[in-house]
Amino acid sequence: MNEAAGPAYLDKAASFRFSGPPLRTVGQHMRVLVVEDDRETAHFLQKALRESGHSVVVTHDGEEGLGAAREGKFDVLIVDRMLPKVDGLSVVRQLRDEGNRTPVLILSALGEVDDKVKGLRAGGDDYLTKPYAFSELLARIEALSRRSDPQQEQTRYEVGDLVLDRLSHRVTRAGEPIVLQPREFRLLEYLMRHAGQVVTRTMLLEHVWDYHFDPQTNVIDVHISRLRSKIDRNFEESLLHTVRGAGYMIRAGKS
Amino acid sequence: MLARANPLLPQFTRTTAFRLMAAYVAAFVTIAAVAAGVIIWQTNELLIRQVFATLRTEAEGLQDLVRQRGPAAAAEIIADRSRVSGTALYLLVDPQGRKAAGNLNRWPAELREGSGGLFRYAAPAGEQTQERLAIGMRVVLDGGQQLLVARDVEEQRQFIARVRMLFLAGFGLLVLLGLAGAVLASRLILRRISEITATSGSIMSGDLSRRIATSGSGDELDELSRNLNAMLDRIEQLMAGLREISDNIAHDLKTPLNRLRNRAEAALREAQTPEDYQEGLARTIDEADEIIKTFNALLLIARLEAGAVDESKEVFDLTALVRDLVELYEPHAEETQRHLTFEADGENLVRANRQLIGQAIANLLDNAIKYGGPAPGARNGASAGDIEVRLTRTQTGVEVIVADHGPGIPAVDRERALKRFVRLEASRTRPGTGLGLSLVAAVARLHDGQIRLEDNEPGLRVVLSWPVPAKLVNLEKEKPVSQTGIAT
Repeated sequence: MNEAAGPAYLDKAASFRFSGPPLRTVGQHMRVLVVEDDRETAHFLQKALRESGHSVVVTHDGEEGLGAAREGKFDVLIVDRMLPKVDGLSVVRQLRDEGNRTPVLILSALGEVDDKVKGLRAGGDDYLTKPYAFSELLARIEALSRRSDPQQEQTRYEVGDLVLDRLSHRVTRAGEPIVLQPREFRLLEYLMRHAGQVVTRTMLLEHVWDYHFDPQTNVIDVHISRLRSKIDRNFEESLLHTVRGAGYMIRAGKS
Repeated sequence: MLARANPLLPQFTRTTAFRLMAAYVAAFVTIAAVAAGVIIWQTNELLIRQVFATLRTEAEGLQDLVRQRGPAAAAEIIADRSRVSGTALYLLVDPQGRKAAGNLNRWPAELREGSGGLFRYAAPAGEQTQERLAIGMRVVLDGGQQLLVARDVEEQRQFIARVRMLFLAGFGLLVLLGLAGAVLASRLILRRISEITATSGSIMSGDLSRRIATSGSGDELDELSRNLNAMLDRIEQLMAGLREISDNIAHDLKTPLNRLRNRAEAALREAQTPEDYQEGLARTIDEADEIIKTFNALLLIARLEAGAVDESKEVFDLTALVRDLVELYEPHAEETQRHLTFEADGENLVRANRQLIGQAIANLLDNAIKYGGPAPGARNGASAGDIEVRLTRTQTGVEVIVADHGPGIPAVDRERALKRFVRLEASRTRPGTGLGLSLVAAVARLHDGQIRLEDNEPGLRVVLSWPVPAKLVNLEKEKPVSQTGIAT
């Protein structure tokens, strides 16, 4: 693991006191295009993404951004919603019209549900409201870049000796069946689809529960610990890890 | 009143009331004057014509008489008739123009030519003579004598003159009274309008507590004043609300902002090791997250109250949503020795904003878990930690009930608890933005519904209800749309 982590960022819901593990958990390298007109934010993103091991190109308006996205080959685009010249949604819409399928994360100060729906309808793959925690952004773009990989849509996920079969709705660990509630199954399914990636609490709320609101209290952790007790308790190796200050990750083997 | 009105003259003459009254008086007086003039003129004509007719009859009679008795008898006849005192006047002159008989002394100058008309003559009145008006007719008798038969019409002239005078005086009085009335009316209206103007002036300059006085007569100005007052009440309410909000924002955002600043300063001043700095920064970020939460809740409430989220309503099964939420909070509830139970009649389709309704119910569950703990010293029955969630369909809509067995909220505090930022004393020390219930109330209002706080004996029973059109019940077969289209 890369210990050369720079600044650490806390997830919104985290209540712990930071003691310094690096955020970068996946060795997967991404080429990221940031289209953000606020220079300080853009600089911050560039620096933080580079420190997380990704290469970054920054543009400051919609026109430039569109040009860069057409020419360069990026794994993920981070597009601010309000941009000079061409606004963020138009950039995304235009790219989609041209057949460009690069995953897009839309950043916006507009955070209500209908704004999100508009952003996703324009062709965005995910939507993050300012102000955000960098860990949240990082987890989301990692999830997005993985998603563009078609082999991920599979019927069977395996992490170490843990196996989840989406068709038969069965979960086994080391061959032994594990009985899960429907919600626990979906939770595990999401975690396993993003195996090796950090998944934040907000991502879980959005994708497993379809809730785009703040549940006030950290209700996710208890669900995770229940799931953990079912899949990890009787085994020597723990698969479901808590990434402090960011979220959770399922992975096998020590890095 | 009128004396005081003087300095106001230019002002009240500009008022609509005065102008209307003045125009009305002018029109009335003009019409009345024309009518009176016609009447007087007609009366005059009639009188003159009557007198002429009498004179003509008499003249013909006299002509006949003179014809019978001969021209020499004329003087005697006239002298005879002249002796009878009255209004009849005669003057007989010989062909040379000298007076032969009669009670008039001279042939009047006005009647030197023509057959007759009005003339003036001097009549003896005591010592002096008096000039009087008469109507005369010239009659030529046989033998060249000329006779003037006349009638004194001074009485009639005076009568008509008096009538004219009366009319004129009447009109004068009418104009005066009319104008005075106009002045009074306009002054009266002006005074009340000025009051309204003055009051609104002082309101505009900041004194929102002022109200426009009503006269109690229930007239249109009173109605206007009442409406203006109602408007002012509403404005004052809104202003008070705004002031309260800004005070609360100032408090609820400034306090954590200040804490954030203090921590950053303390870290800067005291930190020795990188760990100290990290610790300080981590706390700063925690603090910032709290501020963001409060800010988001405030923004959401403001947007809900502006009614700006209507388009995102969708049809979904409320039972499934509430069940999911209960399931989401269940493990958390159990950690704090609460037990969530859920009860519903089955599928309940509603048309609403799923995320907002979800947020509202989540807030209720969160509140019940946070504050619904058994009160210290209360009986610790088996159900003390129970939180019952129930979904029922009423005749007009749906009700989501979240009931706990905690200390509850005293009846006097219930309305206040729905207000923004109000954290009742008991909960002041616990975490939270104080916006939870007011957000629920705003969500309810957006769906034309309401939130009620009731006594659960013991505990708090919160009822969130909103109307659901009956036709949705018939949609049962249709698949509910509950995904917002976010792919995983």
